[in-house]
Amino acid sequence: MHGDAMIASLAFYLFGAILIAAATMVVTARNPVHSVLFLILTFFNAAALFLIAGAEFLAMILVIVYVGAVAVLFLFVVMMLDVNFAQLREGFQRYAPIGAVIGAILALELVMIFAAWQFAAEASVVRMAPMPGQVTNTAALGRVMYTDFVLLFQAAGLVLLVAMIGAIVLTLRDRPRSRRQVVADQLARSVEESVAMVDVPLGAGIGQTGILRPLPPPAPPAKEEAHTHGHGGGHH
Amino acid sequence: MLAVGLSHYLTLGAILMVLGVFGIFMNRKNVIVILMSIELILLAANLNFVAFSAALGDLVGQVFAMLVLTVAAAEAAIGLAIVVVYFRNRGTIEVEAISTMRG
Repeated sequence: MHGDAMIASLAFYLFGAILIAAATMVVTARNPVHSVLFLILTFFNAAALFLIAGAEFLAMILVIVYVGAVAVLFLFVVMMLDVNFAQLREGFQRYAPIGAVIGAILALELVMIFAAWQFAAEASVVRMAPMPGQVTNTAALGRVMYTDFVLLFQAAGLVLLVAMIGAIVLTLRDRPRSRRQVVADQLARSVEESVAMVDVPLGAGIGQTGILRPLPPPAPPAKEEAHTHGHGGGHH
Repeated sequence: MLAVGLSHYLTLGAILMVLGVFGIFMNRKNVIVILMSIELILLAANLNFVAFSAALGDLVGQVFAMLVLTVAAAEAAIGLAIVVVYFRNRGTIEVEAISTMRG
């Protein structure tokens, strides 16, 4: 039993050290692509720390959601935007002292809070959902989440829905040059402008019958102009 | 019950949060790194939630951490969408250039 705790605390220190180092690299790396990769390393180590704390389901969710979706999204955006990242780092030295001072103040405040803080002895009396002993973490979480906290669960789904709609609405653009299908125009075509009956004499060449396409423009000029405009746009 | 002390987790979370705040001030120009710093801060919050959940034997902390995870994912998606749209319109993602709405 003592050996287990020893191994657990050793693993905690190992993963914690890597976590801090990786997080430091996230905020100080020169290349944002490296920042994203270190962010992935940070998430993996945080998942390991969750595992040590016994939150297995959250650890797996962290790997799947953060590493699999969020970090890859960051990677996509960093690589998609053609940004001069060297130029973005110009003020780095200028802002570092301010950041260090504010970080130090924040750390000091946290230390002061932590020093004066005492764990309430009766805190475990007011637990809302005590952990059941027999079942695994995932099963216990599912039992709580789909019963007592089902509204919270639905709200989380709603947040994701709003985020999805928002992201689509933000990035969707109507390109004037894109050529898409206009069903109304297709349905408005009459037989006269789409089918031509031609009498083909026996033995005549195809050039003499006048059925070569495209036809010479007999159509009304306005419509024809729109047509050629569309073509010109499409070739760009 | 926790195998390692609660204070260890809280210290780690505090360091992670300070690093995130430091990153926001350090990378004043690069919006993407600022978004990543916000992710670090949210991760620190999650770490605290999970640590308290394990120390108290209360599952609500983990439910909360899950909600934080959801909000963080939504925030990343919306934030990156805004960054992409902004880059499309202005050709840069410098934070200091984002001042057109300043009255």
